[in-house]
Amino acid sequence: MMNRRSFCKKTLLVAGGLALPLSALELFDPKRLLAEKDEKGARWVFLVDTRKCVGCGFCVKGCKVENEIPYDANVTRTWVERYLVTSDGKTHIDSPKGARDGFPEKGIEIGHGKLEEVRDEDIEKAFFVPKLCNQCDNPPCVQVCPVGATYQTEDGVVLVDRKWCIGCGYCIMGCPYGVRFFHPVHHVADKCNFCYHRISKGMQTACVDSCAFGARRIGNLRDPEDPVTKVIMTERVNVLKEEYGTKPQVFYLGLSKEVK
Amino acid sequence: MVHGEAWTLKEFFTYPNEYIYWTIQIVMYPFMTGLVAGAFVLSSLYHVFGVKQLKGIARFSLVFSFALLPVAMLPLMLHLQQPLRGIEVMLTPHFTSAIAAFGIVFTTYGMIVASELWFVYRKHFVETALSLKEKERRTPGEQFAYLLFSALTMGAYDVSHEALEADERAVKKLAAAGIPVACFLHGYAGFIFGSVKANALWMTPLMPVIFICSAVVSGIALCILTYIITMEIRKALAARRPELPSKEELKSAESQVVVMTSRYLLMFMVAAITLELLDLVFRGYTAVKSWDILRSVIYERDFVNIFVVQYGLGNLVPLVLFLVPGLTIRRAILGTALVLLGVFMMRWNVVIGGQAFSSSFSGFMHYTLPVWPDSIETFKEGLGGALLVAVVPFFLFWILNKVMPVFKETH
Repeated sequence: MMNRRSFCKKTLLVAGGLALPLSALELFDPKRLLAEKDEKGARWVFLVDTRKCVGCGFCVKGCKVENEIPYDANVTRTWVERYLVTSDGKTHIDSPKGARDGFPEKGIEIGHGKLEEVRDEDIEKAFFVPKLCNQCDNPPCVQVCPVGATYQTEDGVVLVDRKWCIGCGYCIMGCPYGVRFFHPVHHVADKCNFCYHRISKGMQTACVDSCAFGARRIGNLRDPEDPVTKVIMTERVNVLKEEYGTKPQVFYLGLSKEVK
Repeated sequence: MVHGEAWTLKEFFTYPNEYIYWTIQIVMYPFMTGLVAGAFVLSSLYHVFGVKQLKGIARFSLVFSFALLPVAMLPLMLHLQQPLRGIEVMLTPHFTSAIAAFGIVFTTYGMIVASELWFVYRKHFVETALSLKEKERRTPGEQFAYLLFSALTMGAYDVSHEALEADERAVKKLAAAGIPVACFLHGYAGFIFGSVKANALWMTPLMPVIFICSAVVSGIALCILTYIITMEIRKALAARRPELPSKEELKSAESQVVVMTSRYLLMFMVAAITLELLDLVFRGYTAVKSWDILRSVIYERDFVNIFVVQYGLGNLVPLVLFLVPGLTIRRAILGTALVLLGVFMMRWNVVIGGQAFSSSFSGFMHYTLPVWPDSIETFKEGLGGALLVAVVPFFLFWILNKVMPVFKETH
């Protein structure tokens, strides 16, 4: 007959004994073995030249079609913002339907279906800024996902596992760039993944392919010969919202201080 | 229509994907967990710190805390886009996520409360099981009760003086262990918000502490309110059932407990309000980049919600009501109801207010609560879903009271 005390003792002993070999498993961590071999893959980065963007919205269209984001749904993996800075120092920004159809109206959209007219002579500067997921090196969305459905690949792209996401929305809240949304069909978190299915086969992303002005480019930061890498290393590039410490990997050429 | 579009109104520039994603269910979630934690802390004041005057309400709040427990999970389930996968938080927790702690803390806390309840009610289970066993002919209902109570005793039929004393020691230990876990359960609900660096309103290390203090406030307030209501029901029953204590006895017990408990309520209220105001003052004083948009939300768009309803009606008025000497039952009812409103509004202003502005700091979003649902989604994340969550604990409490009568003298 086993008494309670000895039962507890023996249970602890067995649990401890089982835990010991489990701790040894760390020795065979495949990631570490790979790192020791010093085999470095790609690190995908994006380069946006805001001086070249004309706000046509072809990239948004191309992305929606390629990635099966319902065309009329008011969410999008990539979008273009229009900035008008007037002589009174005010900045007017809009992105109607993410600029899927470009900017058909001259007035600035201010919500509730209203437009604000800005006179041409008041405009000091105007430009377009394409946005997409920054594939951060320190992605807050990966950090906060309670089930690990959002994860970062070895080559730096942050992906969402549609079969695993529980749809809590914590990642959407955690992203300072507002790139995440709930997919209207799959009802899970969704976002730009640099067209991972394309780039991993050596192709360009859909938005890069649809940009007729060369405002968007994708490259491999670990390849010193990559033209995008050369620009990032040698020119004055900028990133969005650096203060959050997310280490964004979408670099901008000609970024203006008004950009939010 | 995409998720969130049905109830979000946008103004000026917001990013195209931004909507109010966390709706009333996420307001209900910290509110309900707060009630759980608060009710438990109240019961522990008696069980651990030996505050004898709270004996009358201690067991009541312990059972009530247990009834509230499953409801802390309900709003989360109702809000998930994939509710059937909710269990994955428990099965495959991702330890860098604050939400992943939920399963572990919640289960630990649940087990502590369940075991504490078992020790408190063991004598009752044994006595009921034995008295039913003696009966020769049992009705189906009695047979069910007999099986249930026999199972609940878990084979421990010893109700000698020593055994009961051992029970009491166990209760004390469990209650002591439960306090940090209850605080953690709610503190981490605050941490879920406080750790979102992308949100200027939530991002503060004070968030968990503010949440704990207001949790205790709301838990105590709800216990007082429910205690008064149940006592009133008992008074009405006392006239018909001679085995219950007389109306006068009940009345004096009631007012004594209410006066004593409201003193603790006051104490925690002062702490909660101080912390909230500190946070507000600190934000204004440091005035970092986000202050411009926060100020316009706090002082303009949400002014009525924050200063009139939350601080005015929910904090100031009940403070006055409780501070004026000679607390009556009626005043306590009004006071605690207002306190609950205040805490609810605090949660609302944090959750909805935190999403009232765009991450671009250039636009605003407004949440229109769906009152009449036209789909499952607008029911879940609207008034109907919130009411469902609010009603369930009282129903559970009613059932639990049948098994674990809160007013029966056991030890």
